[in-house]
Amino acid sequence: MSEHIVPVRVYVTIFLVLLVGTALTVLAAFQDFSVRLGTHEIPFNTVIALAIAVTKATFVVLYFMHVRYSSRLVWVVVTSALFWLAIMFALTFSDYWTRGWLPVGY
Amino acid sequence: MSHAASAEPHGHPALQHHFENMEQQREAGTLGMWVFLVTEIMFFGGMFLAYTLYRSAYPSAFASASNHLDITMGAVNTGVLILSSFTMAMSVYFTQIGKSRPQILCLIATIILGLTFLGIKAVEYRQKYEDSLIPGRLIPTRPFNPAVAYEGEVNEHKLHLIGNATVHQVELFYWIYFAMTGMHALHMIIGAGLLTFLLYFSIKGRYGPEYHSPVEVIGLYWHFVDIVWIFLFPLLYLLGRHLEHV
Repeated sequence: MSEHIVPVRVYVTIFLVLLVGTALTVLAAFQDFSVRLGTHEIPFNTVIALAIAVTKATFVVLYFMHVRYSSRLVWVVVTSALFWLAIMFALTFSDYWTRGWLPVGY
Repeated sequence: MSHAASAEPHGHPALQHHFENMEQQREAGTLGMWVFLVTEIMFFGGMFLAYTLYRSAYPSAFASASNHLDITMGAVNTGVLILSSFTMAMSVYFTQIGKSRPQILCLIATIILGLTFLGIKAVEYRQKYEDSLIPGRLIPTRPFNPAVAYEGEVNEHKLHLIGNATVHQVELFYWIYFAMTGMHALHMIIGAGLLTFLLYFSIKGRYGPEYHSPVEVIGLYWHFVDIVWIFLFPLLYLLGRHLEHV
């Protein structure tokens, strides 16, 4: 069998990283990180929460789900999911967020 | 594929006739599970899209509703689910190295942690029921009708509306909250069922270093459900907390 067996200390490390990430995201939620740029307010709280969530999810996928040690075919399938998800979000918001940008003549 | 090889008797009773060997069979199983998980990502992705859309449309209403959720229960449940993912990963590990007893104990731990998550979730749902926060008329005798706190009033059982938020917009948040956490809970229930199936055949001694695809593949599903919660927890419970005292 050419299968890779992930050592226990890797699993324990990932587990601790995930717990620390959860604690960090709870602590960060109560601080106000929003930044004002002219008339726009940039919601950095959302950016920080999503960055921590994406980091946690990446650790789960790579180590608990063994993708780091999996075949290229599995890599392609996992990436394709993110790719199609990005298409769904990008095309939907290119509609919703641009409504009313141009005056419509009736 | 050589015909001479296929005529030989199979090396392992679990090897299906259309695979060359156990390694190929295992890789095909893992790939198949990943393809299924891609469809699951798109399925939950649609709900995350709806969430993003309405959160950007009604930010203060979503913050008001989000702040009313129980952050302690949400955080404890996140920890429970992460621990269950760890015990699941350890169960796969012990199957790979052929240690049956710790593998079975890890499976039992995973099932208990999964049920703990569902129990805490049920307590939360009950609180929402008591506060009349179940959206629409899903429960005909208790329609959506939350008590709203007046300015400056501190009452944890009442909803504190931030800025120009309306009760109707808050109801929209609760539709999304129950759809997403409900669908996630359904996946947990299915997962607990699959783990019970694994436990039964693990006790019968079916899995070992040569054959552990079912443990690995159901593990992938369990980790996926964990990942969905990793996103649900900050998005539903945490965003908007810093606005609480504004």
